[in-house]
Amino acid sequence: MLNSRRLVLAHFWFAFATFGVALLLGAWQMYVRSPLHPWLSQPELYYRSVTAHGSVMAYVFPTLIAMGFGYAISEIALDQPLVGRRWAWAGWWLVLVGSVAAIVPVSLGEASVLYTFYPPMIGSPFYYLGIVLVVVGSWIWVALMSVNLRVWRKANRGKPIPLAMFANVAGSYLWAWTAVGAAIEILFLILPVAVGLRSTIDAGLSRVFFSWTLHAIVYFWLVPSYIAYYVLVPRAVGGRLYSDEMARISFILFLVVAMPIGIHHLFADPQVGSGFKFLQSAFTALVAVPTLLTVFTICASVEIAGRLRGGKGVFGWVAALPWREPMMLAVAFSFVMLGFGGAGGLINMSYQLNSTIHNTQWVTGHFHLIFGGAIVIMYFAIAYSLWPQLTGRPLVSQALMRWQLWLWFIGMMVMTIPWHYAGLLGAPRRMAYFDFSNPALAPEAITVVMSLVGALILVVSAVLFFIVLARGHRGAPEAAPKFEFSVAVHPPRTLPIALNSFGLWIALMVGLTVVNYGYPIAQLLVLQDTSVPAVSMGAQQ
Amino acid sequence: MSTPQPPEERLFSLRNKWFTWSVGLTVGTAAVSILIGFVWLPSAKKDPQFSGLWNAICSAAGVPRQWGEVQTPVAPTEKLSTVVLTPDTFVATNSLSIGRGATLSLRCTMCHGPQGLSYANSPNLAGQYESVIYKQLRDFQSGARVNAVMSPMARNLSDQDMKDLAAYYASLPRLRIGRAGAPPMPEIVASGAPMRNIPPCAACHGPANGKPGAPWLEGEPEVYIRAQLLAFASGDRHNDTSEQMRNVARQMTPDEIDAAARFYSASPPPQTP
Repeated sequence: MLNSRRLVLAHFWFAFATFGVALLLGAWQMYVRSPLHPWLSQPELYYRSVTAHGSVMAYVFPTLIAMGFGYAISEIALDQPLVGRRWAWAGWWLVLVGSVAAIVPVSLGEASVLYTFYPPMIGSPFYYLGIVLVVVGSWIWVALMSVNLRVWRKANRGKPIPLAMFANVAGSYLWAWTAVGAAIEILFLILPVAVGLRSTIDAGLSRVFFSWTLHAIVYFWLVPSYIAYYVLVPRAVGGRLYSDEMARISFILFLVVAMPIGIHHLFADPQVGSGFKFLQSAFTALVAVPTLLTVFTICASVEIAGRLRGGKGVFGWVAALPWREPMMLAVAFSFVMLGFGGAGGLINMSYQLNSTIHNTQWVTGHFHLIFGGAIVIMYFAIAYSLWPQLTGRPLVSQALMRWQLWLWFIGMMVMTIPWHYAGLLGAPRRMAYFDFSNPALAPEAITVVMSLVGALILVVSAVLFFIVLARGHRGAPEAAPKFEFSVAVHPPRTLPIALNSFGLWIALMVGLTVVNYGYPIAQLLVLQDTSVPAVSMGAQQ
Repeated sequence: MSTPQPPEERLFSLRNKWFTWSVGLTVGTAAVSILIGFVWLPSAKKDPQFSGLWNAICSAAGVPRQWGEVQTPVAPTEKLSTVVLTPDTFVATNSLSIGRGATLSLRCTMCHGPQGLSYANSPNLAGQYESVIYKQLRDFQSGARVNAVMSPMARNLSDQDMKDLAAYYASLPRLRIGRAGAPPMPEIVASGAPMRNIPPCAACHGPANGKPGAPWLEGEPEVYIRAQLLAFASGDRHNDTSEQMRNVARQMTPDEIDAAARFYSASPPPQTP
């Protein structure tokens, strides 16, 4: 059952609209710092654009996708109407108002602090308040997911929670806890300075709190894509999910080990001890486990489909797969990008190797490949599979969808692989222009041009994406068949309570956070003289 | 009729294998990582302040420690600026300050002009930021900035006098240049020279952006701007915060200094609404 169609559509359309604008900004940024454009006479414009691009892509777009997809999952998987639909709309409005409140000062150049805030830079308080509203709106979603699950469990005592809902709620709890770090940073450290109550800020402590959010937020973005791997892909390609329990263990592992690892973003920061850096590096390595479990399970599920379709031999099943099915393309592209991005990620998280690429263009290349590539291509696939349910009209542009996914994949690879290489050559990130005429930088020039070509391919792909969705609203109405998620090879009839509840995993998540973050935060709170003067953005005086 | 329910399994119990294994593995991983990160790896450092278990743990945890013998900072040979600008520096400024400043300014008119616009290649002060004027006066008084004319002028001013003068000059209308628009911006002003660590002049002094404590420069005498850049480059002027301007000016070529001075002096000052 999917009753809240308007609610889900509102989330998806708002998400994709902001995504479209931010994508154009991203392509513009790539262009202006390429050798094809003279140096920007107003570099501040570049940082303004980066702030808008990052804030939308990190806070607004994936949050709305997770919320909209989460509401749809709740109704479809639990087969019950959404409890608290008014609250859900209130959450949507909060995200909308927050986005507008944040983007206005950014557009005026009064908050060019980048989406990671970077104290001691301080922007307009409205920017931070806007972000807070977005987060509060998403917390309403967290609460609603929990409430809806509770209502279902009351009526279905002892039954296994449907996998899609289990994963969805795990993702929402992960977000609830990881957002706390940035919330503390904004409310207690940044806002008092932004509204003029204080003139100094503990930049080191702020960065530690932000790292609390900064890494697990990536897994929050990733959870909808992983849900799609497990509950949309096997059915779409005509197979079955290889293991329902393995899927649950993957999401549980994300909940436990994705959170206390953000200090690997601070390997070059002096305010955190090397012991904690190593500890968090070790836990970051563990995040590879749920990803590898997922790759295994999904490949096995897809192999089932290939063999059901008559594929034989060691690789024959690959050829037998339904390669004309958009979901098949999306998951294959997503895995390739996840593979490259994951390999790069192992270098980022390694305490020693990180020093080679820290703060270089490699890092920007990495997270665009993982998020913009592996994750966002699955957002497209989610939209494609839900759209007929949401509009009541079938999506007829199959060829266009295949073109769109191919172009997104090619564009993302063409953009990010040279981007990584520029980083290896030493190009620093967050620069509005480079002196490519200098012999030391000249070899990097061609990499930026290549990346720009990739970015333009991405823009074309996004245009196709919007055409497909818009045409989906205009076709002849046709009752879509009842939407169902993938069925496991052995659907669980009973589950150990550990795989059917969250208490233990939340306890471990919070416990590990205390172990991995407690001392660094406490020490910075206690130490005197750790604050520095704030630097106001956009202020003349 | 309800079907009989199996007895609810207890999760937080040592008899539940999921509980013992997951907690055990988590604690075990954390313990091993902590042993490696806090005991084994720091033991690679041989300095005396890191040797021994406790020292190793403290250093890995990030407890502030002294590296070797404490060295006293090298004292600078020249006098540096000690002015601190806070949001409270000018809270007491009001229309009375402007009146007092106007009276005090009578002694400045010889060089800076009756309306704060110089006819003698001294800087125009009309409409300059009050933080800038205040800081320069303080630096002249302390000796951080030295000038044969200005140093004696500033010697006997009180702190309030300097704030009043700053408020008065900041309140005056800025120079209006008849020509419309600004001359083309030279590259050094617009973009600096990234490979020589020179940020764009326009990023702090306008027109692209402004930073607290940095003056706007449009319409200032060309001779004055060039002289100041040369003085920063040679180190004769040294009241810039953290040596910012000395580092910039030392890296600039004579052509770039000329280009920047010419551009700013020919540009119309930003008009306050």
